[in-house]
Amino acid sequence: MAFENNVDVEHPVHDVRMAAIKNFEEKGFPSKKEEAWKYTSLNSLQKIDFSIFPKEQNALEYKDVKPYFIHEIDTYKIVFVDGIYSSYLSETTHDGVDICLMSAALTKPMYKQVIDVYFNKIASKDESLTTLNTAFSREGAYIYIPKNKMPKKPIEILHFSTGNEASLLLQPRNLIVVEENAEVQIIERHQSLTSNDTLTNAVTEIFAAKSAIVDFYKIQNDAATASLIDNTYVDQKDKSVVNVHTFSFGGKLTRNNLNFYQNGEYIDSTMNGVTILGEKQHVDHYTLVHHMQPNCESHQDYKGIYGDSSTGVFNGKIIVDKIAQKTNAFQKNNNILISDKASINSKPQLEIFADDVKCSHGCTIGQLDEDALFYLQSRGIPKKEARALLMYAFANNVLSTVRIPELKARINKLIAEKLGVNLGFDL
Amino acid sequence: MAYTEEELKKELETKEYEYGFYTDIESDTFPVGLNEEIVIAISKKKEEPEWMTQWRLEAFRIWESMEEPTWANVHYEKPDFQKISYYSAPKSADPNKTLDDVDPDLLEMYRKLGISVDEQKKLQNVAVDIVVDSVSVATTFKKTLAEKGIIFMPISEAIKEHPELVKKYIGSVVPQKDNFYAALNSAVFTDGSFCYIPKGVRCPMELSTYFRINQAGTGQFERTLLIADEDSYVSYLEGCTAPSRDENQLHAAVVELIALDGAEIKYSTVQNWFPGNSEGKGGVFNFVTKRAICEKNAKVSWTQVETGSAVTWKYPSCILKGDNSIGEFYSIAVTNNYQQADTGTKMIHLGKNTKSTIISKGISAGKSQNSYRGLVQINSRADGARNFSQCDSLLMGNECGAHTFPYIEAKNKTAMIEHEATTSKIGEDQIFYCNQRGIDTEKAIALIVNGFSKEVLNKLPMEFAVEAQKLLEISLEGSVG
Repeated sequence: MAFENNVDVEHPVHDVRMAAIKNFEEKGFPSKKEEAWKYTSLNSLQKIDFSIFPKEQNALEYKDVKPYFIHEIDTYKIVFVDGIYSSYLSETTHDGVDICLMSAALTKPMYKQVIDVYFNKIASKDESLTTLNTAFSREGAYIYIPKNKMPKKPIEILHFSTGNEASLLLQPRNLIVVEENAEVQIIERHQSLTSNDTLTNAVTEIFAAKSAIVDFYKIQNDAATASLIDNTYVDQKDKSVVNVHTFSFGGKLTRNNLNFYQNGEYIDSTMNGVTILGEKQHVDHYTLVHHMQPNCESHQDYKGIYGDSSTGVFNGKIIVDKIAQKTNAFQKNNNILISDKASINSKPQLEIFADDVKCSHGCTIGQLDEDALFYLQSRGIPKKEARALLMYAFANNVLSTVRIPELKARINKLIAEKLGVNLGFDL
Repeated sequence: MAYTEEELKKELETKEYEYGFYTDIESDTFPVGLNEEIVIAISKKKEEPEWMTQWRLEAFRIWESMEEPTWANVHYEKPDFQKISYYSAPKSADPNKTLDDVDPDLLEMYRKLGISVDEQKKLQNVAVDIVVDSVSVATTFKKTLAEKGIIFMPISEAIKEHPELVKKYIGSVVPQKDNFYAALNSAVFTDGSFCYIPKGVRCPMELSTYFRINQAGTGQFERTLLIADEDSYVSYLEGCTAPSRDENQLHAAVVELIALDGAEIKYSTVQNWFPGNSEGKGGVFNFVTKRAICEKNAKVSWTQVETGSAVTWKYPSCILKGDNSIGEFYSIAVTNNYQQADTGTKMIHLGKNTKSTIISKGISAGKSQNSYRGLVQINSRADGARNFSQCDSLLMGNECGAHTFPYIEAKNKTAMIEHEATTSKIGEDQIFYCNQRGIDTEKAIALIVNGFSKEVLNKLPMEFAVEAQKLLEISLEGSVG
């Protein structure tokens, strides 16, 4: 791959990129030998010859992609087609808040101050795939919410791949900075519109300043040929609240690296996830919460339903530093296997160096309750619907924390589609 | 000065002892280093048959190609395997030593544990007066065991006397190539125990009792092979609550348990090797491979109380091969000062309706690091498998660490797995409550720790449960600021 040909050496972050490519060249793609990748193999993806830089811009009509938006409500939209910004489909703003493009933020002097402080500051400098993104990402969303501000409406970030070219490797890079006492809601989605293979290696950096509130929803319901490696890094200051919801229903191989760093006191971090898989899908949730200051909380709740030959991985790591006294860290991972060929690997991990803490993790793997199923059937609910109802109930804890009603309805619909039922009501 | 006959007799006795002792040592210590010749020499020394020598050599060759594992959550200076002498004669009693020569701290600990004077002497290599009582007890035990057809002897004797059993089962659960330390042990093991319980026999006594009277073989590379034939039962205890100050820094033991159809093995361990001093100097490295295989309807239960060793690396495991087999693991691991423990279990479910239970209690104090590492694996053919795991950690003081690394892998839709882990400290209100009722803080902590570990202590054979309880108290002494 001739990377250099397309690289802009005059670019302000050129040095950062060079350092990143150097690291990636040393490390290469992670293999199963590494503990963090024990249950996920990237071999099948490495065999595909992805093209890194799309050559032409593909136009999309709004009507074609409307279903992928939360169109019931008005939102800001940052839309990319094959990695290139689509101004036609987007709705950005500079009115009090900045909701625009990473490429603009990196090059225009007015953003320099923010970029200098935040860009590539918490994203790992030695994790190989993150550095691959740092080296080659060109585009992504840039969201800056100043002190005491809140955008009028939620923000949607959408990545479409049309695959007019063969196989595409997309590397979006998002930077989200939420200043003191500000608030933002973001919905992110990757969607492939082609039967060609696509691989997305995304990196998102989120900075939540004092008392900031961030809700981030990730919808992963991509085509069966699309793979996603999603690296999210969250830096939190005093009293900030960050919630990340991950809904994984689609895609071929999905790996979510979700990292929280608590750099302040009285922080609340929440990671919730619902995973429903079938066929040969593979989803790997790899979470990290690093408690570095006292009096913080973290909550993790991941539910998974695995059918067909799907495989699921949950790896949740909690580190509590010595000074992080009075930490409350909770982690829950519940799984249902509904097929003989499905498998789940779960590896919760607690590393605790402080004594005055309350930490717990729980993990269960089980089946639907036969008695409950029988009860529903005896009341005239067909088996399929009854099963779906029970699965809904199983996932409902997580759904109830979604704060945008339309989004919740949408996710309910996606779950119903995934389970192949029509319940005719919303939960 | 009159020279009485008695004095002369004494002198002669002492002299004889002295010489016998030293000659023995000279011929029985091998040069440091490890190579094929040493392995062959060990085998020869033990008068082993050819197949055993070959088996050891095979292990040695595998070991040479292996690297020391680094994945465990422990940090230590790697031992130099070429600087260890792999065979030395078992320690004989030193006739000139009396209990007065023994470290008074140690004696104080014995007193607290309630260990009899005779036993104290034995543990400290002090020559024991002939205690008619205990000899007769041992003999009675031996007789009872023989009547039932139970074979219980050092493994080196078993290799000679029961080669068919040893040959069939040794390495069947922990193969030579299993891991670095297992390979090393397979090549150079010098002593250990062998036990065979015939079909349908229920071993009438805790084998531990026998074990203690017969001086535990505390070699550096111990090998234990325990076979419970169909529908038999045995309870076995290794180790001792009394602290052992062994000079050997590296211990790499292998324990293999074979529970045939319907058999039940209860294996309890109390480990209290020298943990190093309060500055973290010295101490034993304990790298142990323990594994059991359960055939149909068999049950294996591991219980361990780990309080000693500077570094512990130990995962007693069960392979639940037969249908309806049961594996259990109950553990208390206490670390204080600079101790590091990485311990846990593996439950591999292969058969249908297999069940496993894991209860692990970690207590860390001082500057120690205590890790639980476990694997629960349900294979695709293990229909109806069930697992319950609970790992609780208790932290005392703010300089220690508690870690959990459970791996859960399920490949069967009928699997039911529950895993729970908590980490907490002793609540101030709990201590206050005790103080208020006139229980001082140290006692209160002992009380709470006891309650915390009760589920595991209950699984120990009676007499050891009492000692283990005291041991916990002593291990944590002084850890409260």
